[in-house]
Amino acid sequence: MSKIILETRGLTKRYGGVHALEDADFVLHEGEHVAVVGDNGAGKSTFVRQVTAVEQRTAGEILFDGQPVNFAGPLEAREAGIETVFQTLALADDLDVPSNLFLGRELFKFRLGPFSWLDRKAMRERTLEALKTTAVKIPNVDNPIRNMSGGQRQCVSIARTAAFASKLVIMDEPTAALGVQETAQVENIIRGLKDRGVPLILISHNLRQVFDLVDRIVVFRRGRIVASLRRDETDGNDIVSYITGVKGGQDAA
Amino acid sequence: MADATHGLGGLKYDPAKRTRAPEWNVFGALVLIVLIFEILNRLNGGSFLFNTRDNVDAIFNQQRLDIMILQVAIIGIIALGVTQVIIIGGIDLSSGSVVGATAMIVMSFAQTATVNGNPNPKAIFGDWAMDLPVIVPIAVGLACGLFAGLVNGLLVAYTRIPPFIATLGMMVSARGAARWWSNGQPVSFPTESYGSLANGDLLGGMTFGLLSWQGQNPAVVFVILAVLFHLIMTYTLYGKRSYAIGSNEAAARMSGINVDRHKVLVYAIAGMLAAVAAVLLTSKNLTAQAGMGVMYELDAIAMAVIGGVSLAGGRGSIIGTVLGAAIFSVIISGFTSIRLDAYYQEMVKGAIIVGAVVLDQWRQRRRVRG
Repeated sequence: MSKIILETRGLTKRYGGVHALEDADFVLHEGEHVAVVGDNGAGKSTFVRQVTAVEQRTAGEILFDGQPVNFAGPLEAREAGIETVFQTLALADDLDVPSNLFLGRELFKFRLGPFSWLDRKAMRERTLEALKTTAVKIPNVDNPIRNMSGGQRQCVSIARTAAFASKLVIMDEPTAALGVQETAQVENIIRGLKDRGVPLILISHNLRQVFDLVDRIVVFRRGRIVASLRRDETDGNDIVSYITGVKGGQDAA
Repeated sequence: MADATHGLGGLKYDPAKRTRAPEWNVFGALVLIVLIFEILNRLNGGSFLFNTRDNVDAIFNQQRLDIMILQVAIIGIIALGVTQVIIIGGIDLSSGSVVGATAMIVMSFAQTATVNGNPNPKAIFGDWAMDLPVIVPIAVGLACGLFAGLVNGLLVAYTRIPPFIATLGMMVSARGAARWWSNGQPVSFPTESYGSLANGDLLGGMTFGLLSWQGQNPAVVFVILAVLFHLIMTYTLYGKRSYAIGSNEAAARMSGINVDRHKVLVYAIAGMLAAVAAVLLTSKNLTAQAGMGVMYELDAIAMAVIGGVSLAGGRGSIIGTVLGAAIFSVIISGFTSIRLDAYYQEMVKGAIIVGAVVLDQWRQRRRVRG
């Protein structure tokens, strides 16, 4: 088997008495695309928030790229190579597309502390390149993204992730608020990541999408991982029975 | 024209349909307002911009232009800083009081030893502080502004109290400091070199046709600073960070921007710009009074808002503020030119500020509806 990119051992998160995530053992291999599915409140987003260090875990271990990690915050996780598209968009509405793509990692003509001179041309060119490789349609990258549709903004957010993706991409319901065409665009970006060999964790409610895109499906139920199935060894009904607890019901007891 | 189409898969971008920069609207408003006052003056047989007196050989109304340019320059310099503060989503109510306090302190370091052969009757310090080189009061002034700005910035960034409250505190305290400094007495009699800072002519005696322009330095300083900060806000990391923070502070933080440190820097720069205005103002008037700069903070905010700077943060530009300053000054001078009573002027001034904000809100809503 190929190299393991991300592994969690006994990952646990409790909010007071609520056991949001219990003893999650999860493995993601190099180049692998894995979907995380489950009912509302099953612990999917909680899982992602622990991995990206938006929250600090109660117990358990996270190994990234073979090393145990303890990120202090999402920024450290990003610097280590974990790019995340959150459900709430982290975009600056009054800036144009290149500025948003390069926010916090600008390119410079020369450095002078806070007054460093931006290389706007290079950032614009690399933005157009990134949009081309991800096949995102933006009518005018020089407009502030305030004037764009929800789908276009989501695409900017995803293009940012995809463009800088180095080691791992996590998307938390990236198509939840999108129309049919925009969803297709996002799915194309995800296929592009697969071709480039960038591993992905995709949280989604859309089983059609999950079966279209990923190699493996991990089912969460009541804070526990109840199944990890290869796509070609399972089907929709099987997954639904795990999600609803008909199969693998540890909670039956 | 490969550049014109960024959209793949048939989405076309038409450069002709790009939204016009809002600064053009402000510029249009400026021209319109000047025209209105010119017409109103003509109806009374006078002129707003032009000389109508037979015994004076000039094309323009020199006196009025001088007053307008001085007002734009001095309060405009404050507005340059206030603009940056508003763009990061803050507000600075302290700039007028910082002008007052800085004016008193600066003037104390700019005094001349003898006035008409007698010892300086207004001396604040002893002999050691007499006839200091002009760089000393300038440096002291900038340090005062920097100090006030740093306190504002540190309060806003690290105590997380609203900028409105933090700078309101500074507004009251700095005015108190200005009054305390010399027990409310004015400080006067600066050295000749200090007086020539604002009354001199960096560009030499200038004549445009029949318009001669003396005491141009405040305007020259204003233009230099406006160009400098336009470049900084448009082309440097400082500007990018400022707009990002004002636009979505949480996103800016997530992107690794040190938001708190940047806020301190912006407030510090705003404080120093208020100090520059204080130096020019005291040099121009050859005296400092504790009441100097009262309400300048609101005038500066008004200039920015009229110029299209959004109080919600994230939107606006230095060019907009420069045009806003011009509009503001034209309106004030215009009211005087049509002999509108000073009390009415203030009332109308308030209405203009509110009107500019309402217009901004209305523009935003319309844009969102598409």
